[in-house]
Amino acid sequence: MEKVLMKGNEALAEAAMRAGCKCFFGYPITPQTEISAYLAKNMAKRGGVFLQAESEVAAINMVLGAAAAGVRAMTSSSSPGISLKSEGVSYIAASDLPCVIVNVQRGGPGLGGIQPSQSDYFQATKALGHGDFQMIVYAPASVQETIDMTYLAFDMADKYRMPVMILSDGLLGQMMEPVVFPNVDVQIPDKPWACSGHQNKRPHNIINSLYLQPDVLERSVNERFERYELIKQSCTMAETDFCEDAEIVVAAFGASARVAKSAVNAVRAKGIKAGLFRPQTLFPFPVEQLNKACGKAKVVLSVEMNKGQMVEDLRLALNCRLPVEFFGRHGGIIPSVKEVLAQIEQIHERIE
Amino acid sequence: MLTEIIISGFGGQGALFAGKCLAYGAMMKDVEISWLPSYGPEMRGGTANCSVCLSDEPIGSPLVTEPDILIAMNDPSVEKFINSVKSGGKVFVDSSLASTEIARKDIEVYRLPASQLAEEKKLGGMGNIVLLGKVIRECGKMLFGIDGKTLLDAFAKIIPAKRAALIEKNVAALILGEKY
Repeated sequence: MEKVLMKGNEALAEAAMRAGCKCFFGYPITPQTEISAYLAKNMAKRGGVFLQAESEVAAINMVLGAAAAGVRAMTSSSSPGISLKSEGVSYIAASDLPCVIVNVQRGGPGLGGIQPSQSDYFQATKALGHGDFQMIVYAPASVQETIDMTYLAFDMADKYRMPVMILSDGLLGQMMEPVVFPNVDVQIPDKPWACSGHQNKRPHNIINSLYLQPDVLERSVNERFERYELIKQSCTMAETDFCEDAEIVVAAFGASARVAKSAVNAVRAKGIKAGLFRPQTLFPFPVEQLNKACGKAKVVLSVEMNKGQMVEDLRLALNCRLPVEFFGRHGGIIPSVKEVLAQIEQIHERIE
Repeated sequence: MLTEIIISGFGGQGALFAGKCLAYGAMMKDVEISWLPSYGPEMRGGTANCSVCLSDEPIGSPLVTEPDILIAMNDPSVEKFINSVKSGGKVFVDSSLASTEIARKDIEVYRLPASQLAEEKKLGGMGNIVLLGKVIRECGKMLFGIDGKTLLDAFAKIIPAKRAALIEKNVAALILGEKY
C-alpha cells in the first residue's frame, strides 16, 4: 500500500468512509473542521450522505436516526460542540445504537480556546450525558493510529451496539504524518433490530429510550452494564515502552504521550529507569496492563494537557498502592519535552 | 538522528507549504516525519509557522521548541524564534523582508533576498521555495539526503495536475535558491 501524507482530521474522515460510514452529520468548529470539509467534498461521490446540520444538537439527533435505520453513522466536533451533543449521546446509548463520535479537543471550559487540549477526559470517560451509561473511548496518538482506531470504532460500535468516541485533539487533528490505509474487507454485521422497513414481512422494530416502568428500566440498564463488563474484559488496549525495569512510569494518552515518549527516551539516555504507559482505550481503562507495567515502579507520573483527570483513573486502577503524581499544561499549551524531563528528573532525585 | 525545523513567515508567504514540501520529500526518502502547523487567528495577517521533524526513529513530540534549522521569512519570525535555535543550528533569513540584527555567534546565519530573487525572475510569491533551495544545499546530512531531485518529485505529488504550470515555477524557484 502506498504511503500518503495526511492531516489527522483528513485521515480520520477518509478512514470513516472506508470503514463503511454512510452518513455524516456535523457542524463546523475549529480544530475539527477538516473532517467535515473532507467529507463534504467526498461523501456524496462515494455513495454516502454528508449533511451540515443547523446545530450540534440537530447533528447528533440525525446520527440517532441514521443509526436506528442500521446505517454506519458519525458526527464530529470539538469540545464545546461535544457538550451540546450530550443529550443526544445519552439517548443513543439508551437506545442501544451504534455510532462514532469524534472529539478533536480544544481548550476549555466554556468556549475556551482553539488550541489543543485534553480537558474532556472526564466528559468522555465518565459522563457524556445524563444517566448510567458508558462509551468506548479510543485515544489515538498518531495519524496512523487515528485511522486504525476509526475502523475499530465502527466495528466495536456495531458489535456492542453503543456509541464509541474517538478522543483526538487539535494537535493530532492538524498535524500531518505519513500513513497507510489498511487493506481490509469491511464486514458490516446484520442489524435485525434496525428500523429499516419491515415490508410487512416481520413485526416492526421499535427504537426507544423511554421506559416508564422502573423495573423495566432497571433491567435495561443492568443488561447494558453486563455488556460493559464484557468490554472491560476484552477491549482494553495499551502500549508500554521500557516498563520492564521502570522505577518511574510516565502515563500519558494521545498527544501528551508523544511528548512523554520523547522525555522518557531522553532520561533513559541519562540512565534513569523510566518507562511509558500509554492507554489506547480510556474506557475501558487498561487496569491490568497498567498494573503489569508498574511491576517495578516506585512512582507513577501522569502527564496530561489538563488539570489532572486521568490521574484519578490511574489511582483507582492501582488501588492507590503507588503514589501517582501529576504534571500538566492546559488552556491550549502543549507541555514541552524539557518540562516533562525536568519532572522525571526531580522524581528520580527524590526516590534515589 | 532527529532534525527539528521551524518555518515561519506572514500568512500567505507559504511557510506551511514549504514545510509540506520538505515533509513530502522526507516521506519519499522513507524518513520518519511530522508536520505541525500553527492554526487559528495568527494565520490571518500574523505569523504563520510550522514545525517539521525528520528522524530515523519514530517521532515523539511533533512540536518543535528548539529548532536545528530556522527558516524565517519576516522580522517577527526572526524575533520570535532566533533565541530558541539550538547552538550550532542554521538560520535562513529572507533578507528582502527581514532586517533584524542577529547577535548570536553560535549559529550559522544565511541571508538571501529570496522574495526579491523570485520577483526578478517573475516567480512572485515563491520566496519560500527559493529559501528551501538554499536550505537543501546547506543542510545536507541534517535533511537525510533530501536534495533537489527529491523535492522535484515532491512538487509533482503535492501540486495537482490541473495546476501543472506551477510545478515548473516551483522548480525554477528551487534552483534559484540552490545556486545562490
